Amino acid sequence: MVFFAFALAIVLLAIVITLLLRRQLSEKYATLWLIISVLVLILAIFPGLLDGLTAVLGVQVPSNLLFSLAIVLLLGVGLHLSWELSRAEDELRRVAEEAAIARSRIDRLEDRLRRLDGPTDSADAEPGPDADHD
Amino acid sequence: MPTPPTRVLVIVPAWNEEANVGATVAEIRDSAPSFDVVVVDDGSTDATARIAGDAGATVISLPFNMGVGGAMRTGFVYAQREGYDAAIQVDADGQHDPKDISRVLDGLALADISIGARFAEVGSYEVRGPRRWAMRFLASVLSRVSKTRLTDVTSGFRAANARAIAQYVHYYPAEYLGDTIDSLVAAVHAGLTVTQVPVAMRPRQQGVPSQNPLGATIYLGRSMFALGLALVRGAMMSRRSAH
Repeated sequence: MVFFAFALAIVLLAIVITLLLRRQLSEKYATLWLIISVLVLILAIFPGLLDGLTAVLGVQVPSNLLFSLAIVLLLGVGLHLSWELSRAEDELRRVAEEAAIARSRIDRLEDRLRRLDGPTDSADAEPGPDADHD
Repeated sequence: MPTPPTRVLVIVPAWNEEANVGATVAEIRDSAPSFDVVVVDDGSTDATARIAGDAGATVISLPFNMGVGGAMRTGFVYAQREGYDAAIQVDADGQHDPKDISRVLDGLALADISIGARFAEVGSYEVRGPRRWAMRFLASVLSRVSKTRLTDVTSGFRAANARAIAQYVHYYPAEYLGDTIDSLVAAVHAGLTVTQVPVAMRPRQQGVPSQNPLGATIYLGRSMFALGLALVRGAMMSRRSAH
């Protein structure tokens, strides 16, 4: 069991650091995961800590404390992700809005340009289906 | 003294409405030739944008579907940037009679927001069951909040003056019912006034509305939730501004 926790912590650390190095995970999320994996690592190296903490907090079985801590932690992480996603969605909405308005204006400007260019060389501007081919 | 010309923008949110949008735009241009029409194409996958453009509307094409709230906010941002004095929402499905546009706009003489209400005297628009209770309840609560008698607060047929447009650009939610209830509560809490004008509502030209009992019950629940959030949010905002 202790070995399992140790291996888990190492794997988690390795994945987080790899993702960080590859720039596939931004620091603000990585920090949280680094803290979690270091905590697991510490608990794996010093199992006595968990027993001590269990006694201090008055929890009956160490595994109960571990599970409650894990659940609370994951709840927090999940909530944080929902919050970040909501913000990201709102930003995305505003960007989409801007892009759509900008595109509409570009379309209109291009239309005006086309009409300005149009009369002078309309004869060559729009050649027939195979006028330039031979 | 001549009154300065009022520039009005008609905003038509449209999502896959190729069957209706052309006729709707043409009708708006017929009955209100001096107004500009902008169709906010809400990520349609059909020919909505092309048909709206051919019918003579300015088209703003959103890159993906954002819901009526998202489409309307885009329309209001556009209205503000282009300096319009008023904007009015007309649905693309043909339920709003373009002949009523000027009547709804006349309401702006009395308030910042004017709602074209479907139950007020005119027309034969009818809903039953939980959906009706929900609409009644929402209307009574929002009447109290806005200190005006309102009978149809979920109507999308509504006009806004420049002040209301500015408020909408500042805050216009994209969530479910956000475009009607939440936006109205937020506007009232920001100090804007509301009035309503009776209009007749026409049946949908194409397609079917959601009227099954389950859908209506979900509608009831979601509208309560949206309203509750909006009210609490408003109370918090007014307390913050009081400090």
